[in-house]
Amino acid sequence: MQELSSEWEQKTGNSINWLVLEENVLRQRVTTDISTNGGQFDIITIGSYEAPIWGKNDWLTPVDDLSADYDYNDIFETVRKGLSVDGKLYALPFYAESSMTYYRKDLFEKAGITMPDQPTYDQIAEYASKVHDPDNQIYGLCLRGKPGSGENIVPIMTSVNTHGGKWFDMNWKPQLDSGPWHKAVTLYVDLLNKYGPPGVTSNGYNETRALFASGKCGMWIDATVAAGYLFDPAESKVASSVGFTSAPIADVPNGAALQWAWALAIPKSSTKADIAKGFIAWATSKEYIRSVGEKKGWIAIPPGTRQSTYDLKEYQDAAPFANFVKTAILSADPTKPSVDPVPYMGITYASIPEYQSIGTEVGQQIAAAVAGQQTVDAALAAGQAFTLRTMEQSGYTKK
Amino acid sequence: MSSRPLFSVGINFIVGWGAVLLLVFPIIWMLLTSFKTEIDAISPEASLIFQPTLDNYRAVLGRSNYWMFALNSVGISAAATFLALLIGFPAAYSMAFHPTERTKGTLLWLLSTKMMPPVGVLVPIYILFKDMSLIDTHLGLILLFLVANLPIVVWMLYSFFKDIPRDILEAARIDGAGLWEEFRFILLPLSGPAISSTALLSIILCWNEAFWSINLSTTKAATLAAFIATYSAPQGLFWAKLSAAAVLAVAPVLIMGWVGQRHLVRGLTFGAVK
Repeated sequence: MQELSSEWEQKTGNSINWLVLEENVLRQRVTTDISTNGGQFDIITIGSYEAPIWGKNDWLTPVDDLSADYDYNDIFETVRKGLSVDGKLYALPFYAESSMTYYRKDLFEKAGITMPDQPTYDQIAEYASKVHDPDNQIYGLCLRGKPGSGENIVPIMTSVNTHGGKWFDMNWKPQLDSGPWHKAVTLYVDLLNKYGPPGVTSNGYNETRALFASGKCGMWIDATVAAGYLFDPAESKVASSVGFTSAPIADVPNGAALQWAWALAIPKSSTKADIAKGFIAWATSKEYIRSVGEKKGWIAIPPGTRQSTYDLKEYQDAAPFANFVKTAILSADPTKPSVDPVPYMGITYASIPEYQSIGTEVGQQIAAAVAGQQTVDAALAAGQAFTLRTMEQSGYTKK
Repeated sequence: MSSRPLFSVGINFIVGWGAVLLLVFPIIWMLLTSFKTEIDAISPEASLIFQPTLDNYRAVLGRSNYWMFALNSVGISAAATFLALLIGFPAAYSMAFHPTERTKGTLLWLLSTKMMPPVGVLVPIYILFKDMSLIDTHLGLILLFLVANLPIVVWMLYSFFKDIPRDILEAARIDGAGLWEEFRFILLPLSGPAISSTALLSIILCWNEAFWSINLSTTKAATLAAFIATYSAPQGLFWAKLSAAAVLAVAPVLIMGWVGQRHLVRGLTFGAVK
């Protein structure tokens, strides 16, 4: 986007100063600025987690009043909903993702397994045992194990959801001591201990992706965005043998696959909101996506946000996974993460400010269980106690 | 030559070089990684043999304005260090040669400001800086680095001054030297190595300061620490580009440290042996 933005600068006569940061640093930097009304930025990158919270806090300028040719209806509804509060859109998505199961077709063929279109967690466990070959440094199943609200909690939550679990009930009471959590976390810990790579608690998304790309994993359940990388022979040793299918389900379909979007938003403190709006409309438009494809190659276009992206024949030809990803994104509804009604939004997160510390704490407890330092029961009891305390202190549970 | 000294020289050689290799290994590895392609850099099979490429340096220098970051680092570190010495020198002098009953407490209090993790005061400082329009200004970072390094500057100079025999100053006073002459003809020449090593340490600390420069600067006053931070991106680990950026960022201060290492080692052992 930084490279192509000179087009917009030339067209409009405005200029942009870019500040590029790593995800965690970006969060801290932008949160500090916006919560103190610092006014350092006219446009910020935020995720599905921040958009509804910040919109509600009145920190962002609504962006639902652009001209008709912006074509809001072309943006996938599940993605739009994730960035809105009370029907008002607070950020425009430039990229969205869901999750899926990656597997090695060559290993599966050798083991005589055919991957179904919709695998279950039981099947995943069975297949992992069949392709697991630690003597040759091939591990049946790789998952994120590094503790963190944006790391190990991601595969854990999709499993909890599809086992029928949730973060909170309608009275904001934490549900970590419930059956679905117990089932999902026991499964996660067992699978990683039996068929996972060594030292899994230090593997986040990036480390696991590198592991799969270097041929060490039989299966990997994670974000759809990794597909472009795994299919690229310049980056991945398994480009010719990687296969993909849906993220596994267990008891219910809700929340089995994640949904996440990165979006551009305008802080209330910006003094150049109109110019900023012009830029984010351009950078998230159909025309922009097409021009990325023309200049940078079709496999590199920002996926997951617009129907028109998937109508592009060039993209369909370049990306074998395109339609699959679209279906995954459309079926992952952040407003219905669980089979039961819940008071929050988000599949792998809960859209409340307290969630970051809750997710981090619960992630650490479960990582300790994976490392064998405590039992799953102890981890979940500690997580439940922490979450309950946090929710009481923040005044949710008295509501 | 008998075998005994040869043996002990051998042991010294192995232990010495072992320690050196252990310490510089990460830097050497960073240097090597900066010449690898991204796929080689991230490969779990670490290898010393690879086809070197300059692409990472080209990409890094092409994408961001390295010289702006480097100039900011030099300017801000030098200014903050100069001011810290300007304030720290008289402060250390007064505490070393004219202590009062509160001196010990003051010294400890100075050091205690370094004990709090900086993130604890991020929000108050951000608001203060915002109200004084200091965010993303050179002045703002100079002030902050000055305050952050002042305790170390005062402590280093203080422990050096404590080693200067008071008799020398008294003798000078008997010969009619005033405060200024004392400074000019006795203290400054005596404390040359102390000042240069303190300055070098302060510059290195300013240079490496990442937390505040990332949080309080955006595009105008950002230093090389912020420059590195822009290369660990959410799309993935760009180890090779990150390493190239890191090599470019540490090179100037590494050279500075190399040139001044004699002073630095001496300075760090002040007051260690009485």
